[in-house]
Amino acid sequence: MSGMAMAPPVRGRLALRLSQFRELGLVASLLALVLATAAVNPRFLSPLGIRDILLDVSVIALVAIGETLALLMRQVDLSVSSILGIAAYGAGAVFVAFPGLPIPVVMLLGVAAGAVLGAMNGLLIAYGRVPSLVATLGTLYVFRGADYAWVKGGQINAINLPPTFRHFANAAILGVPVMVLLVIIVTIGFGYYLRHYPGGREYYAVGSNEEAARLAGINVERRLMRGFMLSGAIAGLAGVLFLARFGTADATAGAGMELRVVAAAVVGGVAITGGVGTVQGAALGALLLGVISNALVVLRVPAFWQQTIEGALLLVAISLDILLARHTLWLMRARHRNG
Amino acid sequence: MAEPMRSRLLVLPWEAAIWVLVLFALLLGRLLSDAFLTPDNLGNLAANLSEIALMALPMTLVVIAAEIDLSVASTLGMTSSLLGLLWSMHVAMPLCILAALAAGALAGLMNGLLVTGLALPSLAVTIGTLALYRGLAYALLGDHAVADFPAFYTNLGFGNLPGTAIPNPMLPFALLAAFVAVLLHATTFGRRLYAIGANETAARFSGIRVVRSKPLLFVFSGLVSGLAGVIYTFRFSSARADNAVGFELPVVAAVLLGGVSIFGGSGSVIGVVAAVFLIGVLQNALTLVDISNDVLTIVTGSLLILSVLIPNLLRQFHNRPRGG
Repeated sequence: MSGMAMAPPVRGRLALRLSQFRELGLVASLLALVLATAAVNPRFLSPLGIRDILLDVSVIALVAIGETLALLMRQVDLSVSSILGIAAYGAGAVFVAFPGLPIPVVMLLGVAAGAVLGAMNGLLIAYGRVPSLVATLGTLYVFRGADYAWVKGGQINAINLPPTFRHFANAAILGVPVMVLLVIIVTIGFGYYLRHYPGGREYYAVGSNEEAARLAGINVERRLMRGFMLSGAIAGLAGVLFLARFGTADATAGAGMELRVVAAAVVGGVAITGGVGTVQGAALGALLLGVISNALVVLRVPAFWQQTIEGALLLVAISLDILLARHTLWLMRARHRNG
Repeated sequence: MAEPMRSRLLVLPWEAAIWVLVLFALLLGRLLSDAFLTPDNLGNLAANLSEIALMALPMTLVVIAAEIDLSVASTLGMTSSLLGLLWSMHVAMPLCILAALAAGALAGLMNGLLVTGLALPSLAVTIGTLALYRGLAYALLGDHAVADFPAFYTNLGFGNLPGTAIPNPMLPFALLAAFVAVLLHATTFGRRLYAIGANETAARFSGIRVVRSKPLLFVFSGLVSGLAGVIYTFRFSSARADNAVGFELPVVAAVLLGGVSIFGGSGSVIGVVAAVFLIGVLQNALTLVDISNDVLTIVTGSLLILSVLIPNLLRQFHNRPRGG
């Protein structure tokens, strides 16, 4: 245990300094982008425009928080989009069957369903020793297939939803949409947990050096299991928010979102090589990507070029991030050598 | 994580087991439907496998070298778009095809240079280029479809080898499979791939030029994806930006199911070919009895997971107990 207590703070301090730097950089690029776009088209900064961007981003930002847990452990969860899809349709089906159910209860159901699906990932990865890339690529298709088989071309529409839920997406406290507030609270909660709780620190330890974490007495299997359950649970909650935001869900809800979620986390400074990053960063990354795609629309970039630009940005972000991480490691070693 | 997935002992029986499963699947198909074991249906089955089968061959080499290429389906879409665009601009067809193949090879070269030049994980790089190349496919062709290809070429894609029910695309597949099998199992280059995949550092120290070998694999993967793009375009007589979206999954599934370790260093061409046919036969048999595509998705996903899970469980069962 003592080795564990000694080693991470050095890395933690450096990584922290780097990630703070990183978050500052993110905020700066966000501001620059927003101002430049607003200069060309002032409507970009209208209250309605801002509200729409925030609502669009909130679902992806939420899923990116769960993805961060997986990435921190040097794993990946590609199945989040399928879990979100099942939860979105499931929440709609529950509302159709029991229109009087309070919204928090349905959210809890979404969380529970997501946690169960996430537990299947966890079992395969932690105890079946299936690499997370293979396991969650597999469950991405299995869950989506199950979704299709269940929904059978059906669709939940806004008319089928109780009025209270339809108003939920538009509800705001002091001008901030409730959905956005919810995501901010979850972000702060997980941010605090990851930074200050032993359980939270374990995510970094497992992702930095699994063998060392094991030797330090960390139950790696249990951490993997919990991480994937949490990732699934968060995706389940995001599914309910997805339904609230768009008012409609069919079997394709959220399909293909997994890459954007990984991209958001990586752009936000969560290293794909594990052990580095924060949920705040991931949420900021989601915001930056959301603002970019909105800016592309406002700046009248042809729709067909948008995916190319997003793909190129993703590639640049991933490359920069890994090179930066390698530089940090080099710095750490240099410092270590110099005493 | 770095431990080899299947012990040496398990390698041969695994591939044999996949071939036995192919036989069982054929039997199942025969039992489910009278229309199954007809030359027409089997030809149809093989034709539908063309692109996946082709792209699985270079993917075998890539995964044996402990890398992955998730951009293959997007490269297919991009080359299909390029082929359509050039043809609609009245470029001569042989030039269009050459350009499509070159674009595929270039896409692979970019993957390879990012992976070796910057020493980035291929998973991260090819998730990025998966988005990028599909984006380029849309940038080239938008949401148009180009469909007025000359009959000579669409017949090449759609037709059968003279006098048989074997679809034309099976010919390049057979040639390429033979080429990859010889390359992998009978040349120094092939042995080096296993060495790189098993332990890249050790391979480097024993004088293997890893930096030279790996980009070649990605170029090969891109080139074959380009070829698959040309074949797909002619087979459906349609060039569209969204051609073959999501094909990377069955390709990776076939390679892993065929006994190639996701950690690199082991696997064989014969196993992958068996796995390609297993997936094809299962999908065809289930479609014939009107089992929907959703179930097929579940079956493919499950096969992917089981192909890694079962050997893992077997191995854990063999060398119990070790504590931990």
